[in-house]
Amino acid sequence: MESIWLIPLLPGIGAAINGLVGIRFFGKRLAGVLASFMMGWALWLSLVAFWELLGDEDRFHQVTVASWIPPIPLDTVDGIGSFSVDWSFTLDPLSAMMLLIVTGIGFLIHIYSIGYIEHEPRGGVARFFCYLNLFCFFMLTLVLGSNFLVMFVGWEGVGLCSYLLIGYWYQKKSASDAGKKAFIVNRIGDWGFVLGVFLVFFTFGTLDFRAVAEAASHMPVETAAVGFGVISAICLFLFIGATGKSAQIPLYVWLPDAMEGPTPVSALIHAATMVTAGVYMVCRNAVLFTHAPMVMEVVAIVGVLTALVAATIGLVQTDIKRVLAYSTVSQLGYMFLATGVGAFGAAAFHLMTHAFFKALLFLGSGSVIHGMNEEQDMRRMGGLRQYMPVTALTMAIGAVAIAGIPPFSGFFSKDEILFRTYLHHGVFVPDKVLWGLGVVTAMLTAFYMFRLINMTFFGAYRGPAWGHGAEDHGHDEDGHGHAWHGPHESPRWMTIPLVVLAVGAMLAGFVGVPIAFEAVWPWTATIEHFLHPSFVAEGAHAAEEAHHMSLLGELGLMAFSVLIALGGIWFAYRNYVERPEAAERLAESLAGPHRVLTNKYYVDELYDATVVRGTMGSAGGLWTVDRQVVDGAVNGTGWTTIAASWVSHVLDKYVVDGLVNLTAWLCGEASYAFRRAQTGLIQNYAFVTLLGVFAFVTWFLVAR
Amino acid sequence: MLEITPLHYSLLSAALFMIGVIGVLVRRNVIIIFMSIELILNAVNINLIALSDQLQDLAGQVFVVFVIAVAAAEAAVGLGIIIAFYRNKETVNIDEIQIMRW
Amino acid sequence: MPAGFTAADFYYLLPELLLTGGALLVLVVDLLFPRREEATLGMTLLTLAVTGAAVVGFTGVDTTISAGLLAVDGFATFFKVIVIVSALLTVLMSPSYLRVEAVRAGEYYFLILCATLGMLFMASGIDLITLFIGLETMAISFYILAGYLKPNQRSNEASVKYFLLGAFSLGILLYGMSLFYGATGTTSLGGMAEALAGGERSLMLSLALVLLVAGMGFKIAAVPFHMWAPDVYEGAPTPVTAYLSVGSKAASFAMILRIFIEGLPSLVADWQLLFWVLAAVTMTVGNIAAITQSNIKRMLAYSSIAHAGYILIGVVAATERGVAAALVYLWVYVFMQLGAFAVVAMLRRQDVIGDELKDLSGLYLRKPFAAVAMLIFMLSLGGIPPTAGFMGKLWLFGAAIESGFVWLAVIFVVNSVISLYYYYRVIVFMWLKDETAGSDIVISPAMATALVIAVVGSLLFGVYPQVLFDHAQIAADMFGSAVSTAALR
Repeated sequence: MESIWLIPLLPGIGAAINGLVGIRFFGKRLAGVLASFMMGWALWLSLVAFWELLGDEDRFHQVTVASWIPPIPLDTVDGIGSFSVDWSFTLDPLSAMMLLIVTGIGFLIHIYSIGYIEHEPRGGVARFFCYLNLFCFFMLTLVLGSNFLVMFVGWEGVGLCSYLLIGYWYQKKSASDAGKKAFIVNRIGDWGFVLGVFLVFFTFGTLDFRAVAEAASHMPVETAAVGFGVISAICLFLFIGATGKSAQIPLYVWLPDAMEGPTPVSALIHAATMVTAGVYMVCRNAVLFTHAPMVMEVVAIVGVLTALVAATIGLVQTDIKRVLAYSTVSQLGYMFLATGVGAFGAAAFHLMTHAFFKALLFLGSGSVIHGMNEEQDMRRMGGLRQYMPVTALTMAIGAVAIAGIPPFSGFFSKDEILFRTYLHHGVFVPDKVLWGLGVVTAMLTAFYMFRLINMTFFGAYRGPAWGHGAEDHGHDEDGHGHAWHGPHESPRWMTIPLVVLAVGAMLAGFVGVPIAFEAVWPWTATIEHFLHPSFVAEGAHAAEEAHHMSLLGELGLMAFSVLIALGGIWFAYRNYVERPEAAERLAESLAGPHRVLTNKYYVDELYDATVVRGTMGSAGGLWTVDRQVVDGAVNGTGWTTIAASWVSHVLDKYVVDGLVNLTAWLCGEASYAFRRAQTGLIQNYAFVTLLGVFAFVTWFLVAR
Repeated sequence: MLEITPLHYSLLSAALFMIGVIGVLVRRNVIIIFMSIELILNAVNINLIALSDQLQDLAGQVFVVFVIAVAAAEAAVGLGIIIAFYRNKETVNIDEIQIMRW
Repeated sequence: MPAGFTAADFYYLLPELLLTGGALLVLVVDLLFPRREEATLGMTLLTLAVTGAAVVGFTGVDTTISAGLLAVDGFATFFKVIVIVSALLTVLMSPSYLRVEAVRAGEYYFLILCATLGMLFMASGIDLITLFIGLETMAISFYILAGYLKPNQRSNEASVKYFLLGAFSLGILLYGMSLFYGATGTTSLGGMAEALAGGERSLMLSLALVLLVAGMGFKIAAVPFHMWAPDVYEGAPTPVTAYLSVGSKAASFAMILRIFIEGLPSLVADWQLLFWVLAAVTMTVGNIAAITQSNIKRMLAYSSIAHAGYILIGVVAATERGVAAALVYLWVYVFMQLGAFAVVAMLRRQDVIGDELKDLSGLYLRKPFAAVAMLIFMLSLGGIPPTAGFMGKLWLFGAAIESGFVWLAVIFVVNSVISLYYYYRVIVFMWLKDETAGSDIVISPAMATALVIAVVGSLLFGVYPQVLFDHAQIAADMFGSAVSTAALR
């Protein structure tokens, strides 16, 4: 455990090598293998550290590498406080879990990327791996940092890498715009985070997580009766930071656009790791948040609304990656719902299972896109399971997992969240409302995931034709380059990580089996017990709260959510593959069930036309938001989506743009004025100097 | 009969200083501007000597010796710089020294 | 005041003597091997290294020498190290530039060493006369260096401007000094402090103070005495500009701290106010004016003006911590500013002048190492963690808050944000713009060494600043007594 500081450093070294030397001199394979090797090494160290942590009674280990900021006197509210910060890293159950996720999934995605990125030019590959490694460096710093400031280094760093990777194809305007959008929206969140950190220091005189939790645990819980105190303010600011990074209402707009980046990036950064940083941060400060129940309620409400809104939008997306993007937003909403009802363990558990199945789904979609020659529109796919069986099977596993069908991983974590939400007694919100919204979201989730699976892998092939006179599906032949020989399975580099992740998505849930199954599976709620020390202050060995209801009731709830999920799947099946064998047979004649798909196709076209016309007048970069509004409204999402989109729209357009433009304009004009004053004439300069002297002397004579 | 006190020297020095400053600001010929600067330095010298006399302290006069020496060095270097400039532009008009501005 | 020199004086003057001897030897070597530039370069580097070693050898010494004209103490040593390191970096970035400009290197190195000598005296002088001589040794060398490219009209013009305005400001400074001499009857800083202690403030003192501030303000390019800086920086040869903006500024700050904190502690309320205004105006004007510049050297000139404003915060604070913060900032400033100028000097090729922002276009594709280095310098100048610039700013900020100058701290932070705009612009050009025409950029070994040193410095002190803080604290300690006796707050 002493060497945990090495874990972030390894990918950092990889990034430095690839960035400084690799871009000029490394071959494609070498750059990828180097980066993957560094991640593999980091993974190995993480496993060792994890193993050692399991043997450690305290379940806590802190390594201080160096003093970063030596004590500087800065007054705090109590007059305590010399501001000092150490470069120190903490290994505890929560960070250990994140460590395994980041290094484990990061390693797989590095491997996958070797295959995915092979069509890029040589320098581009090294650049890609440089960024990817750099991202892991910052992400691991974020995860391991044992105080707010070290975490903030990682926090900002992953934001930077996200920006660089979204804009990886920077020649493409949409990609570089999306990068900028992500960066700017995240800045708004960071503003909240930084204010929160300031306030933490001002209140507690330290930035160390453990010390802050310790101090906060002695302060009164700020219930509605006590009032909205300083801890609530801190938590609210921190949560604003989390909404930016974890794409929650109202700052979620950047995530769908972020899909402009390469798919492994979407999988690693925008599904498995970086976007969960907000959840991680909230869990890390569980003690603070439990002392601010009103803010917790806000967290829960924002979480569940985000989950619902994003899920409804996901219903009508046709871009395979965008469906997954909205799904990610939705699942992150689930995690915040869990933290909001105090189920930090469940949130972390869902974070982990989600990392598995969402990374899997993204990599699967990348494999599809790769095999379809960069086609991302699901309407031009279909029936792909015969061309790419491994991808189809693994993605189906991922979809089953996210839909929450036992015994796949998503079931356990999602069910735990719903169960805890069911038991939760809110401050403002009537009981069971949050739960009801959660259940609706669960059904929608199952529906759109299977819509995706069905449209992509089942039914008839609707993509462009290939080759010469080969299977002609009655579609235009302009299609793609000559190099493309039809949909094909991806190379080993890509399928092996898929299989590994699929196994993970199947089995990861068994670390958190509900207590209700105690009779048949003795190792229940393992992960919650494991993580528990991270969520309470040091020394506070309060018994874990019992969350029980009657066994029958709990099983009933489970059965209910499974039924809901099955309903969603059935609905998707009915709409997209009604009698699939018929669809296959009738594909050429364009009749029967296929017409259903075609009609759906027209509806989407109609949406597009509406959206395009509707957004012509408004700012170009905002069309996604509008698309969500129109789509969402049509699909009965209701006023929540409209309001949220409107808020973010106004925020983007007037507040952000307006302030930025005003300041820039003022500075520019002033700068121009100063520039004109610089006439180049020596005597003018001497005159200004003299004027300065004169002004100072006059001031002294008159004013003093 | 007016007695000449150190104060008078100081006033002379101040007047000389102002003449020098105004010369720097209004003259157009670089050489003359440079001479005005020399005037300022000599104003300083007169001031220092007058004060040295008033305070009965030698440090001021030592200072003056150094100022004179430095002014001489500066004159040598300055004239060299002006000649180098003149070779390129064939002018010593200060208004034409403004390639670099804004 | 003990009269005359002793043998010990010469012992403590060793660094200065070595530097003088080395500088003369450079001239001799140049005369003997007129076509061997490496010989003069080697001699110069050797001189600087030996001088540096001698300076470092006096770490921990605290004494007054030469009949109370010079001090060898922690403060002087700290500044001497700053000056020598910046001279070293300047010399390292020079050879390739001089080769492209096709000028003789011998006198160039000699003049650099002379300027360095002047700075050493500015760092250790504790008497107005020694400080004045140090200042002029440095200034006259720079007058010549600025115009070193004789056939180049811009270089000529820079030289004439710097010379005329410099001499003018010298007149103002000297007049102020003479008034102080009149008011106190001594030129020694310690004597001045004694003479002024508890005295009434008079018109003459106020005038003297303003003139002194104006004269020194010119040297550090504080607004409104800054007008020369952009033009001279643009016209002078790039390594000279670099040295001018770092070495000259650091030495002038040493002189300011000496004069005001050691010599005029009883006037602290007055000059604190003056410097407060000067700092606020300087950083604001510098940053805003930098925004619309398209010439990198000019932009860096304004940036350097703004940084003078930042460092003045340490002077305004006038506490031990304030002084330490100014020292810390000057030290990190050496690396980031010289590094940035080194990259600009590197851009100078036979067919490209290389001082326009657009000349940086596509640098990342051409020379990734240089681009990454420049990125680090820009981030550091902008004060982004984990670079050294951030640590420097943090200390200045802490010092301002500690002394109760909250508004100045606020202006400081706002300015730091504004400055990010033009630093980021450089990054944008390097990464996102297409390459421009021009022959290949060559990084000579000397240049590479300079860049590596600058990069390491800009990062190391951001990640592990403890060593620097300790040394700055020791160097600032000597002011402890001087300031506490002053009627502070």
